[in-house]
Amino acid sequence: MPALDDIDRRLILATQAGLPLTPRPYHTLAEQLDLPPDEVMRRLKHMLDRGVIRRIGVVPNHYRIGYTANGMTVWDVPDERVDELGERVGRMPSVSHCYHRPRHLPDWPYNLFAMVHGRTRADVEREADRIAEVLGAAVRGRSVLYSTRILKKTGLRLQS
Amino acid sequence: MATALSVLQQHLLNDFQRDLPLTPTPYREIADALGVDEEAVLSHLQSLQTGGVISRVGPVFAPNRLGASTLAAVAVPPERLEEVAALVNTFTEVNHNYEREHRYNLWFVLTARDEARLSEVLAQIEAATGLPVLSLPLLEEFHIDLGFPLRWED
Repeated sequence: MPALDDIDRRLILATQAGLPLTPRPYHTLAEQLDLPPDEVMRRLKHMLDRGVIRRIGVVPNHYRIGYTANGMTVWDVPDERVDELGERVGRMPSVSHCYHRPRHLPDWPYNLFAMVHGRTRADVEREADRIAEVLGAAVRGRSVLYSTRILKKTGLRLQS
Repeated sequence: MATALSVLQQHLLNDFQRDLPLTPTPYREIADALGVDEEAVLSHLQSLQTGGVISRVGPVFAPNRLGASTLAAVAVPPERLEEVAALVNTFTEVNHNYEREHRYNLWFVLTARDEARLSEVLAQIEAATGLPVLSLPLLEEFHIDLGFPLRWED
């Protein structure tokens, strides 16, 4: 993991709740942080290039625009095929995130996670069936865990 | 509850989830792309944000690149869910916490400055609740999060 320096951390703290909605947001930030505006833009670009920042843009609240069915689909597939299968599932348009995570046997047999957002549970079920088709005979077990309540959701909170 | 959105708002939500320009006037560039003035873009983004339709306009950070993180799951007896969720939420390291329909009914993301602090928080949650916590750290991410294509109801 590339080291973040103190200025990067200040920049993360200052932007994790969003950029200012001002005509020159990076200049506004630069003023708050007492940095040159060019440096603010350059450092954000650098964090984007290194994958510390995934994207910069509008972050919709899916619930408020009708995507109220949030299904965490989980799959038990052979470990030796998880990379190949994960790549394929991750590219499906309905899948917002796709991860390989460890199993915890016997309680938790699933090693592949794919998050699916839909307007209804029927939408999510349909998408889960499409994922099952992509995975084919590799599927040894599957489940969908619907979220019923958001108990906490904050942007990432980096401790200062 | 779905909120009725104008066509301009739909474009703002759908088309600019990534690649906000890293130039001095990014909102003006959005305005130019949409053929509206900058003032309209700023005021719509402000009202979408105030109304909770968007969480923010800004960077989405990768938790696993900022320290140590994991997805944790706990099978909480239903009658203890509120109490355990409240306890978990007191940790600033917890940024998402969802109730899900499953025997493992509490799922939260922990991000700590390092592995040592992560283990410490997991141990504190186990000790305080008396419940085992499954820790399922990311081994591989298969999709770079480039945003999510929204479909509008006709």
